[in-house]
Amino acid sequence: MNLKTRLHILKRKLRGSKMAPAFGALHTFLFLPDETTHNGTHIKVADDLKRTMNTVILAMIPCLIFGMFNAGYQHNLAVGDIQAVTSGFFSAEFWTLDNFFIGFWKIIPLVIVSYGVGLGIEFLFAIIKKHEVEEGYLVTGMLVPLIVPVDIPLWMLAVAVIFGVVIGKEVFGGTGMNILNPALTIRAFLFFAYPTWMSGDKVWVEGAVERTREIAAGANLDAISGETILGSLAQGKEVAFSTWDMFLGFIPGSVGETSALLILLGGLFLIFTKIGSWRIMLSSAVGAIVMGLIFNQIVDAGVITESSKFYGLMSTPFWEHLIIGGFAFGTVFMATDPVTASQTNKGKWIYGFLVGFISILIRVFNPAYPEGVMLAILLMNVFAPTIDHYVVQGNVKKRMKRLKVKTA
Amino acid sequence: MSNDIRIKKGLDIKLKGEAEKTLEKAVLSNFYTLRPQDFHGVTPKLISKVGAKVKAGTPVFFDKSNESVKFVSPVSGEIVEIARGEKRKILSINIQADKEQTYQDNGVFNIDAAKPNEVKSHLLASGCWPFVKQRPYDVIANPDKSPKAIFISGYASAPLAADLDFTLKGKEAELQAAVTALGKLTEGKVHVSVGASSASPLAGLSGITLHKVSGPHPSGNVGTLINRVDPVNKGEVVWTVAAQDLVIIGELLLTGKFNAERIVALAGSQIEKPRYFITKIGAEVSTMISDKGASKRIHDRIISGNVLSGKEIKLDGNLDYYSNVITVIPEGDDYEFFGWTKPVFNKISTSRALTFSWLTPNKKYDLNTNTNGEHRAFVVTGGYEEVFPLDIYPLQILKACMYQDLDEMESLGMYEVAPEDFALTEFVCVSKQPHQAIIRKGLDVMLKEIG
Repeated sequence: MNLKTRLHILKRKLRGSKMAPAFGALHTFLFLPDETTHNGTHIKVADDLKRTMNTVILAMIPCLIFGMFNAGYQHNLAVGDIQAVTSGFFSAEFWTLDNFFIGFWKIIPLVIVSYGVGLGIEFLFAIIKKHEVEEGYLVTGMLVPLIVPVDIPLWMLAVAVIFGVVIGKEVFGGTGMNILNPALTIRAFLFFAYPTWMSGDKVWVEGAVERTREIAAGANLDAISGETILGSLAQGKEVAFSTWDMFLGFIPGSVGETSALLILLGGLFLIFTKIGSWRIMLSSAVGAIVMGLIFNQIVDAGVITESSKFYGLMSTPFWEHLIIGGFAFGTVFMATDPVTASQTNKGKWIYGFLVGFISILIRVFNPAYPEGVMLAILLMNVFAPTIDHYVVQGNVKKRMKRLKVKTA
Repeated sequence: MSNDIRIKKGLDIKLKGEAEKTLEKAVLSNFYTLRPQDFHGVTPKLISKVGAKVKAGTPVFFDKSNESVKFVSPVSGEIVEIARGEKRKILSINIQADKEQTYQDNGVFNIDAAKPNEVKSHLLASGCWPFVKQRPYDVIANPDKSPKAIFISGYASAPLAADLDFTLKGKEAELQAAVTALGKLTEGKVHVSVGASSASPLAGLSGITLHKVSGPHPSGNVGTLINRVDPVNKGEVVWTVAAQDLVIIGELLLTGKFNAERIVALAGSQIEKPRYFITKIGAEVSTMISDKGASKRIHDRIISGNVLSGKEIKLDGNLDYYSNVITVIPEGDDYEFFGWTKPVFNKISTSRALTFSWLTPNKKYDLNTNTNGEHRAFVVTGGYEEVFPLDIYPLQILKACMYQDLDEMESLGMYEVAPEDFALTEFVCVSKQPHQAIIRKGLDVMLKEIG
């Protein structure tokens, strides 16, 4: 008896029992189920939700691997063990096993905690509510480790995941019903509950917090710090990295958000596979550029001078906003979440544009925490149904008008 | 006068087993079946009893809520069984056919001299009325209402559909008679669509407004034609008649005989020699598909109708009242190891998520009935719009049907749609939602509440 037959028999045995959803989740992970159509169309497309989610994960894998190398690289760079990269994306200083393993041992626990806790809750809810385990968390679980600082304590992450999955998703009815993007809900929870671990100049480089503690305890060591580009700009400091570094991703930041290049490739992959909405990605970039240009014009017009605390970020060239901070990552992987974004094509243009526009607005005017994309997406998540409502009303009005012309 | 209608949004599903254009007479069926379920919303009230002798064209039952709508026997013979289900609901009426067919004579109808009311009562009495359907609600037309227009699609774009140019060939006289008669029942026009490059016998008819349609499926759906030409507004009614049924209506008008003969395509990858048959409404499908022997059909799905909107039937099942195609495809009740993640070459997909059907747009596929995944809540957006040419928001109207908000359903365009318009969105649905069933249920709720 082979595995297929054994599992089939087990499935029949468990049918109707409490464990059926949990077993089903594992079973359908191994095998595409033997379900057939009955009413309606007798044939169906090859795609299902698992395949869709899997495609998004594939698009994020390069960011994850790069994030591992970068975590080690930033650490080694800060403690002075290595020199900064000089020769482009494939610089030998960056792609070393040493860098990789420092990052690997820091980031794999994040991934495990994110998936373990999140999927655990999903299974629990599936069993209690007797529905299938839905695939939404597969993507969320991968997003979460990519959008947190590398040194975030695991217990905090676990608490945030519980909050995000339960309050952000399950209370609304699970995958497909939520209003806010669950990954961003998790991040927002961390941001408001543990702000010292989500901002400042210590959390972005592996070991910096610990080193500070050791120094405070009397150790004779040099302090290490790693300010994000946005942090430096917000405080009007000199940015220690070249534009090229920013684009390629050799900069401090959340685990997976730094490499605009790889995010761009991931975005193109999502557009090509038709999984991600090109409308949202494009309009979000346009929105950010428009806002960036407006700020640039204000600076050029002399309204804001160097003495202003907004000068640093306002004077940043508009295109540079696209490659620094979490903007690119948020736009490609989170604003495009089909459940929480606008659902109509026209609505997607408006939604995307406003995500980009507001991201840069918040980025410039929020001195405490110079990253806007998270709050911008969450805000637009809330407004997405309203945008859709007005788009759909356009169609409804057309229909009403047709009726009036007829009866008049 | 001809108008061009070009459809851009849609999807041609290319399947193996297209019927070859050869015609043969099907083996005579011994038993014929009328299934009241074929007539959605009709509560049958029997006229005949078991044991009664009927002629072809003799009324067997009528609609309880609209007594003038009669349903007639397709053949002459004896009613041998009336199968009932729960609450004595009539499932089917089985008729054993006579060797020599006799027809009820309805008399030759003088179409040119007839008044609209006479046409109507003639069609009602002779059993041709069930061929006339209406929108809204996609049910048999209410004879008390007058339609603003009549729509006939002469272009079949569904996968493995019967080629109407072929099946209607040589039936010009019947088609013309039917169209002329039906044209008297509306103050508006009779809109007929044909394929852009086809030699359809419909194109030469007089008294019609001709539309040449092109583009992918659902360009041939009558719903697409209505939406492009003259969408249904609140309070309005349009009628639709399937092109092949015009032939039956026409013959009745010309000769007085209800001749249930129909040319159907036998298609699908499980058919060794896909071809066309002359058969009759309600005939046993085994008269056409028994070439392989019954035992080999256990793992086949036999569909009366096309793969998108047809009805699942068993090997001992019968051709339903409205279909002109029988499709046989393999069942898909097997597991596939890592089927959700491995690259897919042998199935159709509208995405490119490790699915490669976009590389081979002209390849013909052998699809089975596997759902390729489990039922989920709506998650992915934007996919339906790519295959849905109507000026309606598909996801929103489906959701409105699910939570049964009548106002919203009405304002989003529920009067304009039929379940078959949502066949393609159902086919491409990543969440495997039953779109056609959702729409059908929504229409039923509206019919009940608003009427």
